Amino acid sequence: MATIDTEKVKVMNPADSKIPEGPIAEKWTNYKAHQKLVNPANKRRLTVIVVGTGLAGASAASTLAEMGFNVLNFCIQDSPRRAHSIAAQGGINAAKNYQNDGDSVYRLFYDTVKGGDYRAREANVYRLAEVSNNIIDQCVAQGVPFAREYGGLLANRSFGGAQVSRTFYAKGQTGQQLLLGAYSSLNRQINLGKVKSFNRYEMHDVVMVDGRARGIIAKNLVTGKFERFSAHAVVIATGGYGNAYFLSTNAMGCNCSAAMACYRKGAYFANPSYVQIHPTCIPVHGDQQSKLTLMSESLRNDGRIWVPKDIEDAKKLQRGEIKGSDIPEERRDYYLERRYPAFGNLVPRDVASRAAKERCDKGFGVNNTGLAVFLDFSEAINRLGIDVVRQRYGNLFDMYEEITDVNPGEKGNEINGTVYYNPMMIFPAIHYTMGGIWVDYELQTSLKGLFAIGECNFSDHGANRLGASALMQGLADGYFVLPYTIQNYLSDQITVPCPGTDTPEFDEAEKKCVEAQNALLKIQGKRSVDSIHKELGHIMWEYVGMGRTKEGLTIALDKLKALRKEFETNLYVPGSAEGMNNELDKAFRLKDFITMGELVAYDALNRNESCGGHFREEYQTEEGEAKRDDENYFYVACWDYQGSDEKAPELIKEPLHYEAIKVQTRNYKS
Amino acid sequence: MANMTVNLKVWRQAGPKEKGEFRTYTVETDTDTSFLETLDILNEQLVNNHEEPIAFDHDCREGICGMCSLYINGHPHGPATGATTCQLYMRRFKDGETITVEPWRSAAFPVIKDLMVNRNAFDQIQQAGGYVSFNCGGAQDANCLPISKVNADMAMDSATCIGCGACVAACKNGSAMLFVSAKVSQFALLPQGQVERKRRARAMVKKMDELGFGNCTNTGACEAECPKCIKISNIARLNREFIKAKCSD
Ligand SMILES: Cc1cc2nc3c(=O)[nH]c(=O)nc-3n(C[C@H](O)[C@H](O)[C@H](O)COP(=O)(O)OP(=O)(O)OC[C@H]3O[C@@H](n4cnc5c(N)ncnc54)[C@H](O)[C@@H]3O)c2cc1C
Ligand code: FES
Repeated sequence: MATIDTEKVKVMNPADSKIPEGPIAEKWTNYKAHQKLVNPANKRRLTVIVVGTGLAGASAASTLAEMGFNVLNFCIQDSPRRAHSIAAQGGINAAKNYQNDGDSVYRLFYDTVKGGDYRAREANVYRLAEVSNNIIDQCVAQGVPFAREYGGLLANRSFGGAQVSRTFYAKGQTGQQLLLGAYSSLNRQINLGKVKSFNRYEMHDVVMVDGRARGIIAKNLVTGKFERFSAHAVVIATGGYGNAYFLSTNAMGCNCSAAMACYRKGAYFANPSYVQIHPTCIPVHGDQQSKLTLMSESLRNDGRIWVPKDIEDAKKLQRGEIKGSDIPEERRDYYLERRYPAFGNLVPRDVASRAAKERCDKGFGVNNTGLAVFLDFSEAINRLGIDVVRQRYGNLFDMYEEITDVNPGEKGNEINGTVYYNPMMIFPAIHYTMGGIWVDYELQTSLKGLFAIGECNFSDHGANRLGASALMQGLADGYFVLPYTIQNYLSDQITVPCPGTDTPEFDEAEKKCVEAQNALLKIQGKRSVDSIHKELGHIMWEYVGMGRTKEGLTIALDKLKALRKEFETNLYVPGSAEGMNNELDKAFRLKDFITMGELVAYDALNRNESCGGHFREEYQTEEGEAKRDDENYFYVACWDYQGSDEKAPELIKEPLHYEAIKVQTRNYKS
Repeated sequence: MANMTVNLKVWRQAGPKEKGEFRTYTVETDTDTSFLETLDILNEQLVNNHEEPIAFDHDCREGICGMCSLYINGHPHGPATGATTCQLYMRRFKDGETITVEPWRSAAFPVIKDLMVNRNAFDQIQQAGGYVSFNCGGAQDANCLPISKVNADMAMDSATCIGCGACVAACKNGSAMLFVSAKVSQFALLPQGQVERKRRARAMVKKMDELGFGNCTNTGACEAECPKCIKISNIARLNREFIKAKCSD
């Protein structure tokens, strides 16, 4: 069995995280006042590579270019506008307090730290809350059509884990509108010649020269050729690793290959076990399914989650003998409202997901597989009328109907004078990854000149992310943080010419990519990429999913090892290295997902506590709530690659220090 | 759920310069499986037979990224209205049906491989003027600029365009007017877009013409086939914007 050598565990020097001096509310101001800047004439001489065009990548690329840097920007889709951020539905948080409901920068900071189960770095989160308001201003200035009230001012809605209304939205398409805003700024810079855009390009390696990131090797996905790009610094904004589980709410192309390339070059990978499982997704329907569809968290503003009180009712539902709307109010168990009266249906995602699993494990699931709960709008429709409810959620209702053939706004039954509408069926699914490449306060990785922003870094959400905070973080990083902090690094690079690409370092890096590609094509085994990916997904969901145990994780590590062997000896990739070859590209990504899966399992095995998205069944209270161990696990777990995918990585701890917030048990009950 | 068998008559083309042809494949699927998942099943079959799988664009599979782009039974995104290819479920088809699947066909969108086309022209049109020239930092408080809900909602409806190119594929002239008008309208309806209003309309139309898109003859196929139901009234607005801009030249 693969084990972690506890003797070898190192502790990071507190200075390495580069948290500025001073009280929490002044750190970012102090930092900006004292950081080194690059003057306009010098900016023109510096080139930055930004990999990714999601909210993080597009905002960083356009802002750096506006400042005067030359930017090379890459994405795997056919246009920057198609990055996965486009799919975000619900909204983006900011501490504007436009609703006058008592919100403030401190409260957003506090909610985010608490929501993250006290495992995030305080200083980063405070900065995030601080710049959140600028994001809304910036997006409105770009012409992002946020939802508005009749008076013409911006509208807000509520999301989980907060008692204020601070979420800004554009129908159920907030990610789309924010990304199109960033894309428009990016387009302006492309037009001005400051950004060069490379679409259908996939980064395969980061090139290090004298200990600094100086470029990348990227594959042109149309010609099949590897190409070399050099720069003064490299920024990775390539999103999360949720697709290691095969089925997730992520887009099909989401992958962790760029992050894994950085990890293999020595960038630490932090907290991989913190994976978010979203409570409101459409349940799995069959083996052919390729992805899971999210039903936005905003539905929990008006939707109530329930299962039957009576196990007999549940059994009848499972056999298809009755429908949800046949069960009257008094026989329904609104278990979130029952267990968490203060937050009710708006508890954070990890809490809501586990509660659904608990009910289904006890046999109360409501569909044929027993793996679903109801999300019901009867009360809201009766209170507000169907028109108002449809105005709020109509596109989500339509989306649900298209997939499941059930219309949640349709009248189901009238019992004792109360009208019941068809409920939605939902179940938790892999959605977001809080873990990621380790970065310091400046968003620089443990490799000099290599930065990571957006979902692919680990920085702000601790063990669990609150809804509407990923968009906030991506844009905070890209518009307001990285463009400043990167200058502190670049300021002493102004005399360094941009390195050429015909150096031994680039030769070596490209040679490795070609060899890796040839190796994949040479296997000529029997199994398709997808069949192995599905198997990986089953292992991850079963043993490294919502409920983890020491025993299960040990089994997972053994199975993953065997799966890697299967991949290396029995994979079949059709076609050749010439031209476009999607199967070959998928094979590359799968290889990295297997390594990523192991990393998640190692981290989960090491963390003998339950916190946020990481739930170890051995560590729970009698009521089934997560039991943290602050004495032993109040740290960021950074994993250091040991030269081969087969070797267990080494652990380096970054101890957490809280100055502003008192660490407590999370309470959403009162 | 019911099992079903369909024949997929698919356009196969090895590269931009190669000659293409239809090939027909039989696939077993079921009513609850999506159309793209049915293509996945077919591709799995092809790979297992050591044949080249069919190349097609897709990513989010929930109707928002605009990546999927199939011309199914003579309609961009197939028979469902207000839905993209990835939102199409097999219950829309009959057991035993032969379904014809082609790439977008338009001079401005050359085929890359099989069902995949190059839509770079759309990016180029946006680059020509689809933005408000504003540098990050220094924005005033968002609520200092009240915008009537009616205009904000109309701008949002135009901004819903996913840039898939169905409008071009549907148009007998291969015109990109619906796409261009959606962006021009979004900004024409908002105060932020006013300063560059004329320049934007001129620049985007000029770029569109340069890139080989056809003219609009008001046939309305674009509106009928748009998966996001972008209204043709946007085109009327674009025409007004463009004429106003030209008159002030
Ligand atoms: C269905 C759904 C709904 C969501 N809703 C919300 C919400 O309402 N509110 C919220 O706050 N968050 C939401 N999230 C989360 C949020 O959307 C993401 O966390 C966020 O958009 C990630 O942005 P990003 O810029 O970090 O990465 P992404 O948007 O994933 O972009 C990654 C970019 O990297 C590129 N890339 C990847 N690999 C490579 C490579 N090897 N080489 C070159 N380029 C590469 C891709 O092409 C892409 O451009 C949602 C997520 C999902 C799945
Ligand atoms: S795959 Fe994204 S819209 Fe169809």
